[in-house]
Amino acid sequence: MTTRRQLLGTGAALLAAPGIARAQETPGVTATEIRIGNTMPYSGPASAYGSIGRSHQAFFRMINDQGGIAGRKINFITYDDGYSPPKTVEQVRRLVEQDKVALLFNTLGTPTNSAIVRYVNQRKVPHLFVSTGADKWGNYQDTPWTIGWQPSYRTEAQIYAKHMLATRPDARLGLLYQNDDFGKDYVAGVRDVLGPRFDSVVKAVSHEVTDPTIDSQVVTLQGSGADVLLTATTPKFAAQTIRKVFDVGWRSAIHYLTNVSISVGTVMDPAGPEKGVGIITSAYLKDPTDAGWNADPGMNEWRAFMQKYIPDGDMKDGSYPFAYGVAQTMLQVLKQCDMDLSRERMMKEVANIRDFVPATLIPGIKVATSPTNFHPIRQMQLQKWTGTTWERFGGVLEGTSI
Amino acid sequence: MTRMDESLGPSGAAGGSRAWRATLLTLGIFAAVAPAFLLESFQLFQLTMAVIMALAVLGLNIVTGYNGQISLGHGAFFAVGAYVTAILMSHFDWSFWATLPVAALVCAAVGYGVGFPALRLGGLYLALTTFSLAVAVPQILKHKALEDWTGGVQGLFLVKPDPPFGLAVTPDQWMYLSVVAVAALCFWGTWNLVHSRIGRALMAIRDNPTAAQAMGMDISALKTKTFAASAMVTGIAGALSAVAIEFVAPDSFTFGVSITLFVGMVVGGVASILGSLFGGLFVLFVPNIAEAISKAAPGVIYGVILILFLFLLPGGFAGLLRQIAARLTRRRP
Repeated sequence: MTTRRQLLGTGAALLAAPGIARAQETPGVTATEIRIGNTMPYSGPASAYGSIGRSHQAFFRMINDQGGIAGRKINFITYDDGYSPPKTVEQVRRLVEQDKVALLFNTLGTPTNSAIVRYVNQRKVPHLFVSTGADKWGNYQDTPWTIGWQPSYRTEAQIYAKHMLATRPDARLGLLYQNDDFGKDYVAGVRDVLGPRFDSVVKAVSHEVTDPTIDSQVVTLQGSGADVLLTATTPKFAAQTIRKVFDVGWRSAIHYLTNVSISVGTVMDPAGPEKGVGIITSAYLKDPTDAGWNADPGMNEWRAFMQKYIPDGDMKDGSYPFAYGVAQTMLQVLKQCDMDLSRERMMKEVANIRDFVPATLIPGIKVATSPTNFHPIRQMQLQKWTGTTWERFGGVLEGTSI
Repeated sequence: MTRMDESLGPSGAAGGSRAWRATLLTLGIFAAVAPAFLLESFQLFQLTMAVIMALAVLGLNIVTGYNGQISLGHGAFFAVGAYVTAILMSHFDWSFWATLPVAALVCAAVGYGVGFPALRLGGLYLALTTFSLAVAVPQILKHKALEDWTGGVQGLFLVKPDPPFGLAVTPDQWMYLSVVAVAALCFWGTWNLVHSRIGRALMAIRDNPTAAQAMGMDISALKTKTFAASAMVTGIAGALSAVAIEFVAPDSFTFGVSITLFVGMVVGGVASILGSLFGGLFVLFVPNIAEAISKAAPGVIYGVILILFLFLLPGGFAGLLRQIAARLTRRRP
């Protein structure tokens, strides 16, 4: 009897051994847990985004309550970087070298991620679904361990340009952009679609973040004979633009507005809600304040999560549906890894997401990646300002492949 | 604010035998070098950053602590130092060591320039003027005219120097040792400065400008030169930070840096060289402690710790050391 038991025991041990051995090769993956690292601005100028980090903590607690993933619990370690790049470097080194996380997930901010992107790629640490709209996170050739998630500003601009060509083929476009990497991504996106015709179709004018007003830029664009306007600027200037365009009596055929600046409270109301009627922007997430989603199964799933795990969270804060969607994508990648949690396998699965549909994305929009596509979300739906709210219209549009 | 306990000539009290000094020096060097081989690379990186912050606080201490000119804008010098090194390294492939003197000189020149308006503005007005400098610098770095050099919002990447002569240390260890060496040099220089004739003049100007002038001190020359020396030390710290972080961007140098340095100076001890070292450790490590206590409001916890600290140690860390030293010397005879 004892021999048989020993035999069985040895056999079981032998069977289990490869799994354990492989698991131990990856830092942060043990037989019982997966460590995931994250940095967030819980303090400092961007602390409003801290709710994304709080949502992730709650999300992974929910997953652990449901039994974890691949037989392991998720240990989500998140640190405050105050939106300061040097602090991000410090915290990410702490995560990678001291806490020995298996991967970094949804670290927030363009300057902060810029500061760590080379470090994580040298160390070959998966740097997944970063929380920024810059286009450069899709550069799989130079930074193969880094990937974004949300549609980049460049994708958004491509969608506007395509819509413009479809509705007004002979339009002349006035492009007002903020002179930084955010604004320049829009110029690049329009150029992607128009190609050689860019110079003859587009009149592009920039402004500095430090400029007091954009009045002269608006007048220049009106004078150029443009009949379509694309405004790619931050909320304060967006409000000024809407007001100025209306006040100088410029009734452009279409006015596209970056979805960075569509807040009712900080843009549309200050500009005068009636002055912006007809402005077109885009969305990829279900807006929690949109009554159209009251009976939506995905949003009900999200609301149930909020009620149970973040009962004091602000249900109007769009950061929560964002966080829920990106965390679901992370979970999908871990599921696809199928017990093999090596960093190489993780990246293989990161580049192998096939039409995954998170609960909080607008129907029709899918998360899809491939070894040559590190832009997980490339689709958006347009929406129009009615004077009181944003109203979605038309089907889901897709950016161009570059 | 300007009442200082530190005696003008501590050499009398500390003047032990030469052997005693040599032992202290050896111990000090050992304590500074040992972490390079005892700590893990991440902790070593943190300590490197703490030493860099300490050096930046020391710079501020020269002008504010010893000379009584309140500056809330030293983050600007920190940024200038960092950018000089970053630009020379990434655009001109200079070696890190070659950029240090240039960064120091540029910061000294900028500091000298800032020193002139400082002559006419006293106290709070000077604080506000320097603060506006700190607010302006990140925006200037983004400006179109400088963008080709500074990299604009994207910032600049640079690479940590490799250890020379095939030395068997990691780049992190080498970085730490380099930073400690540079910082030690600056601390030693500052020590000599404040304990010299000029140092006594600086403190005399701080404590009683009229009397100082009556004794024949050239107040305006001394004040502007102090500003230059102070900016130079903080600028060197900035240059070191650029290499340690391997990245500079305007968002790294918001006005928050200036406030951080000011906090470090007050917590460490105004007009104290050793206190600057403690101030550097405080501003780097205490925010982490605050965050470990609460992620919901790390700023509040940091504030509470800061208030408690100032309440319990009104003279800063250096004040505590002075109290202890005073007690020990009282008992000795």
